[in-house]
Amino acid sequence: MHNSDKFNIPLGPQHPALKEPEGFSVALKGEKIMGMDIRLGYNHRGIEKACEERTYIQDLYLIERVCGICSHSHSTCFVQAVEEIAGVQVPKRALYIRTLIAELERVHSHLLWLGVAGHEIGFDTLLMYTWRDREIVMDILALLTGNRVNYGINTIGGVRRDISPKQIEEVYKGIKTLEERTRYYIEVATQETTIIKRLSGVGVLSREDALRLDAVGPTARASGVNRDVRRDDPYAAYAEIKFNVITDDHNDVYGRTVVRVKELMESYAIVKQCLKDLPEGPITVKVPRKIPAGEATSRYEAPRGEDLHYVKSNGTEKPERVKVRAPTLANIQAVKHMLKDRYLADMPIVIAAIDPCFSCTDRLVYLSHCEPPKGVKQSQKRDCFASLAMTSRFKNAKVMSWEALRTYSIEWHRVHGIDFSELNNTFRKRLEKR
Amino acid sequence: MIQEVLRSLFKKPVTNLYPAQKLEMADNYRGKLVFHASKCIGCRLCMKDCPTGAITINKVGEKQFEAEIDLGKCIYCAQCVDSCLKKALETTKNVELAQLDKNKLKVVFNAATEGQAEKQA
Repeated sequence: MHNSDKFNIPLGPQHPALKEPEGFSVALKGEKIMGMDIRLGYNHRGIEKACEERTYIQDLYLIERVCGICSHSHSTCFVQAVEEIAGVQVPKRALYIRTLIAELERVHSHLLWLGVAGHEIGFDTLLMYTWRDREIVMDILALLTGNRVNYGINTIGGVRRDISPKQIEEVYKGIKTLEERTRYYIEVATQETTIIKRLSGVGVLSREDALRLDAVGPTARASGVNRDVRRDDPYAAYAEIKFNVITDDHNDVYGRTVVRVKELMESYAIVKQCLKDLPEGPITVKVPRKIPAGEATSRYEAPRGEDLHYVKSNGTEKPERVKVRAPTLANIQAVKHMLKDRYLADMPIVIAAIDPCFSCTDRLVYLSHCEPPKGVKQSQKRDCFASLAMTSRFKNAKVMSWEALRTYSIEWHRVHGIDFSELNNTFRKRLEKR
Repeated sequence: MIQEVLRSLFKKPVTNLYPAQKLEMADNYRGKLVFHASKCIGCRLCMKDCPTGAITINKVGEKQFEAEIDLGKCIYCAQCVDSCLKKALETTKNVELAQLDKNKLKVVFNAATEGQAEKQA
């Protein structure tokens, strides 16, 4: 390898340092990163399209599975949009329960992140301790909702499960232990030399850049951007709850750690307020299965940042369009910037510092600055979708109908030695049987 | 942090020795479904609402129904339990459902298995 030349190495889509398949192409000069290309799309699951083929009630559980960590975030965000279209007034008790679960989810997500960050810098002791303590909040969530991961607490018009006084007591007990442990983690994060030395000055994102690149969540707040949907555009019960938005001006991975551990303490305070002020009353209102025609956008502060859902309904039981913008998609461009002129060894922790969730992120994205291919009318422009990193290929893009795309795909695979015709016949027979 | 690490050396492990030691699930845990054939009126709302098509209600006689639940397809959201007007479906705490044979994941509940289901619940 020549010292003066740039050297491109592919990192991923399958790489031991990455937990999910995602492609990074890193241009190196020696050990220094000169530039980076991110190729999204390896985890694309077609959830948005699948939503259009299911009823609103079925979509609840599908949307929840967009992400395993912030499942409540996605389902609440979706439900809020649907409720707005339907013009439903959700009972107060339901809103408080949603807030409570949301904050417990934030606690488990931040503890998980702290462990992963420790792991990425070779500090596995921290991983072991935080994940042990995370079990407490997982147990609380299982107790309240009936499952550890996909809580399924939301339904259109409220929540599905009420909280009993006995459960409240359990939550208080768990939160007390967690608070004690978190105080210790704040101490570790702010005093442990291993952490401070390894994380300070790594992955720097200035306030201007954070604003320019539209960073969200703890990534933005660690760069001094005072931005939090919970306060700026209150949803659920946040308008009635007092809490501080934690910001930090370290601008680096260390700052992101500090923001997250301090946010944990805020979350405990919110949980306690929710339990204390939990209003009496019903937990759900009846909503007809058919949602009137309309559209709505809903915002939600997920543990990783702002989550955005768009739902368009056409008066039937099924939505016409569902769009999910997960927080990682907003933050991923900032990573590219953070890694510029840094060393390759910093890459795992800098990527981990935005708490990426690539399967949440993999949606089709329309690049508005891209010129549509020739022969495409302005009205068809919105149908031209391209994956984020496919910009260069976009010039040769064609607009295809759904059926043509299917035929094209089958033919493409057949040419490449994979024949689906037999499988298609099997499926067709199975469908006919139904 | 070193004090914490040293202290942990003398503590007993946090993990459980599964399967010898089993964790008790919460009472409202969403585990395996059970179906009470005597309560079912055959409205099939559960079939309509199931996100994965895991449940099938078949008519076996006059006002008699049986449920076929594919535990491999079931995502344990318990929407069917909420949808059921007659409370014919119920979740249990049973979560140990792994099978080596895929066909064993298909469970049929009918009038004959009714007694068993009551026992399981």
